[in-house]
Amino acid sequence: MGQPVSGRAELPELAAVRWRPRATARSVATRGRIWTLWSLAHTVPFLGTAALLLSLEPWSAPVALAAVAHAWIIPELYAARGAAVVRPKGARHLRSEPVAQGLLGDLLGHEERDLQRDTGLALEPGALGVWLVGEAGALLVDPGGRRVHCFCVRVPDPDLPPSDRIAHLLLALRTDETGFATVANHAFAGMPWRIRRRLTVRARPALAAALARPIAGP
Amino acid sequence: MAKLIRMDSTGHSTLAEWTAGDPGAEEAAVAAFRAQLDRGYIGVVSDGPGHATQVDDLPLEADLVIMRRPIAGG
Repeated sequence: MGQPVSGRAELPELAAVRWRPRATARSVATRGRIWTLWSLAHTVPFLGTAALLLSLEPWSAPVALAAVAHAWIIPELYAARGAAVVRPKGARHLRSEPVAQGLLGDLLGHEERDLQRDTGLALEPGALGVWLVGEAGALLVDPGGRRVHCFCVRVPDPDLPPSDRIAHLLLALRTDETGFATVANHAFAGMPWRIRRRLTVRARPALAAALARPIAGP
Repeated sequence: MAKLIRMDSTGHSTLAEWTAGDPGAEEAAVAAFRAQLDRGYIGVVSDGPGHATQVDDLPLEADLVIMRRPIAGG
């Protein structure tokens, strides 16, 4: 690397979302708690209904079972939507991808490079937690590893090879982490096991690596 | 030798190369950088693991300057 350069610390993309307050560790944690309450709001009434039905009339067990299924399925659907942010998307651009992969590899450390090649996700420790950056979204494992936040964010250029899409997001994240979290759309937050079940088998080791990574915190 | 590259459909393209003390090459690199800014690209210098700096003027002292597209919430 050359000498340090001076530049801007704020993402220019923030201009497109001026109405959004800048993300902070606290606001991200609050979003996580809201998602927990939201999931409970979808789960507890159905479980309560199932318990009430069974206590009133044991023959209503099939209906109670349907209520329990609803209590399980609705949070699962949200988790599936969240995990989908890091699924590979768009054309693979097989001819240009090796060139892009080389550049992305240069931006990553040795361990992170190997992990990205194996899982498709670039691990990036930050002040808000540990990020896993994909082609069109990112996961954020919060300090303590209790929740995983799912962010939908992309570079709107379908001609870019997958590794270039990741490199775009990685460079933006490194430039301004809270700005990145502000520009990105928060899609879901939930416990790691909930997200893990919905990740591709290939991507799961990346989440395990992020959970194992010590987090400095803000 | 320092490089100015652009992430694009080819993976990346080298737009300019220069060495310190070569005014002609530096001038060409600055012109190429400005042309990319005009096309909506953003200049970034990777400062090592975990850090990057957005630049509005070509930092001639940098080894590598990368032009990227703006990102957006999906």
